[in-house]
Amino acid sequence: MAGKTKTNRELDCIGLYCPEPVFRTRQELNKLAVGQVLEVIADDPAAEEDIKRLVKRLGHQLLELRKENDRFHFLIKKAK
Amino acid sequence: MCKGHDLYDAFGKVEKSGKIMAERKKKLAIIVHSGTLDRLYCAFILGTTATAMDMEAHLYFTFWGLNMLVKGGLEKAGLPATYKHMEEQLKKKLREMKYPTPYEMLKRMKISGLLKIYACSPTMEMFGIKKEDLIPEVDAIAGGAAFLDVAADADITLLI
Repeated sequence: MAGKTKTNRELDCIGLYCPEPVFRTRQELNKLAVGQVLEVIADDPAAEEDIKRLVKRLGHQLLELRKENDRFHFLIKKAK
Repeated sequence: MCKGHDLYDAFGKVEKSGKIMAERKKKLAIIVHSGTLDRLYCAFILGTTATAMDMEAHLYFTFWGLNMLVKGGLEKAGLPATYKHMEEQLKKKLREMKYPTPYEMLKRMKISGLLKIYACSPTMEMFGIKKEDLIPEVDAIAGGAAFLDVAADADITLLI
């Protein structure tokens, strides 16, 4: 669990490359209710920009993006 | 006409009580001309990403691309002659990466409801391909006007 934010689901995309993190993040978001939070962990260098743009394009909210040891942690709140 | 119900037509528009209600989705339209693995991946990676981003993906398969829609075609896709010597190495690497196969990608796009696959009619005749030879995911056998009509309203058009 990341920081103080409560997460409802986690998605491990370690070792997966474009478009897998984007595709799987979208699949997990489909399973969430509005207001719930998904944590995605990815190490594909493309994921930083890809997931940011996916979330923006879908109209959800990126609560947090942090990089730890070459791994990106995204906290995404389903907004609609 | 079905008052009180939302009707999704083939292109994802929502019709409510006979009135178009939905926000217009962005559209990606690709002519898939090539039948080699490297280019198929280009088309399918973009298609997969588009559908994940809630965009419609319209893929029009023609010439060597159309041969990929024949049952068993996608499984046989390899590299073009110039790079043939790298094919086994690439396929091994893709397996190690747990990378989806082109057909897996196509099926996943289809599940999104945002993918439309068109098969080029004259190409079918040129290669002697019948409708029943095609994979079941094909939506329509279509010609130039059908593609241009889609492409004219598309936000992104590509030839691969």
